[in-house]
Amino acid sequence: MRSAGQLIKRSLINTRRLPSAFLPTLAMPIFNMVSFSGTFFALTKLPGFPTDRSVNWFMPLGLAMGSAFSGVGLGFSLIRDLENGFYDRMRMAPTTRISLIVGPVLATWIRVTLVTLIVFGAGTLLGARPTAGVLSYLCSWIAALGISTIGAGWGLGLAYRFQDMRGAAIMQLSIFLTMFLSTAQVPLNVMTGWLHTVARINPITNIFRLSRSGWVNASDPGHMSWSNAYGGLIAIAVLSVLSLIFALRSLQKIDK
Amino acid sequence: MPETQVVRSLSTAIRQTIALARRSTLELFRQPALVVPSLIFPLFFSFLGNSSFGKTTSLPGFPQVSSYLQFQLAGTITQGVLFGSVTGAAALATDIENGFFDRLLASPTSRTSILFGRLAGSTLFGALETAVFILVLLPFGADVAAGVPGIIAMTISGALIALAVGALMASVALKTGSSEAVQGTFPLLFILLFFSSAFFPRETMSGIYRTIAGLNPISHLVEGLRALSLEGFTASATARAILVPLAIAIFALLVAQTQLRARLRAN
Repeated sequence: MRSAGQLIKRSLINTRRLPSAFLPTLAMPIFNMVSFSGTFFALTKLPGFPTDRSVNWFMPLGLAMGSAFSGVGLGFSLIRDLENGFYDRMRMAPTTRISLIVGPVLATWIRVTLVTLIVFGAGTLLGARPTAGVLSYLCSWIAALGISTIGAGWGLGLAYRFQDMRGAAIMQLSIFLTMFLSTAQVPLNVMTGWLHTVARINPITNIFRLSRSGWVNASDPGHMSWSNAYGGLIAIAVLSVLSLIFALRSLQKIDK
Repeated sequence: MPETQVVRSLSTAIRQTIALARRSTLELFRQPALVVPSLIFPLFFSFLGNSSFGKTTSLPGFPQVSSYLQFQLAGTITQGVLFGSVTGAAALATDIENGFFDRLLASPTSRTSILFGRLAGSTLFGALETAVFILVLLPFGADVAAGVPGIIAMTISGALIALAVGALMASVALKTGSSEAVQGTFPLLFILLFFSSAFFPRETMSGIYRTIAGLNPISHLVEGLRALSLEGFTASATARAILVPLAIAIFALLVAQTQLRARLRAN
């Protein structure tokens, strides 16, 4: 844990020294929230749409995109460290392999928490209103942490495997597709065709359900309840474990 | 200058422009990794949008369409052309960075042919992208009410949009001489696209968003193209589809020429 703590400290110091690298991570969720809420405002007029405030619907999307790319951003940093040889020095140090993964992931959690707080503030200014009190914020925050963990494990694993910027393109594309082939933009009852089938089986849909459960109308079937939350929690747990195992296995491969 | 000399200079400039246009076009097609994303992503968003927003076509304020795809076709074309145009301008910046631009200046090449040759490649690619998007989406319900003449007019419009955006991006390339700076404008284009009527009609927006979309030139580019899809081959629809991008292209070319002169003076 001490090694992981030092890596957390390094990551946070980097963020403080290079705020220009952190600002896009902050700007993207706010931009997503603002642009989607404004452009697709009319969606709230569809019969059966879960909320009558578009910002309530799209704020979790902004958070999810920001968290996913925060996680994947770890992969980008790792590629840079691998290319300039810094990572070889870390691997030669007497530190456990798990700490090389846990440390950066925990630093991402701190960054994502900061981004989440700022997005909540911006969302409130735009008119977002929770429908389940503190639980609304808690569920969205847990979903954001979960998505960032999944993104981090995936990003780190790809970075270890490719060790150059080819990995970066695959990271971005895969995260983007996974996010948008779910209920990112509209709920299941509004979708038609192939997307409905894909979104129903995409585990990210459950995470969005968890994140939005405190922001949809109290009368909507997707409102805050254990049945709307447990699917997302299971998806976060399973996908996080799988992605972190992928990262660890990929790291062990380069050790060989 | 005697008339024959003027004619000779003009024909030389045209031959040089064609040679440089050929180079910039081949450069794009020889690097599919540069151009495929601007083809694939807009198509993906179209199909995604059709499944996501198919039910919205009955909302008040939404125009009469046979499918969301018919509405979205113009946005898809604009999106693809916008992103493809950044690639051409980044290539011009790369020419400046690696010294090829200076070698052209040292040769007896007309200065405007350097700019127009580069833009010709982007314009041709814009026309090609437009045709591809229409041909791919047509079987899935992206009807063009204006028929074949409308498709031709949309292709010309797509080419003009590519010329307009390419010229603006080329101004950035000439001003900064940096391909990174050109690529850095991509988020700005992305933002402009989202704050426009590319994905949803302005009539369904409200408040400040509607005002921003109304002032956004991308909305007018998209709506010109959309008029041919929805209204048919009318004089008004054709005029909007062709004249709006033409006006922006003329302005953008003037800006690009100004930046070219500034770079030549600095050199």
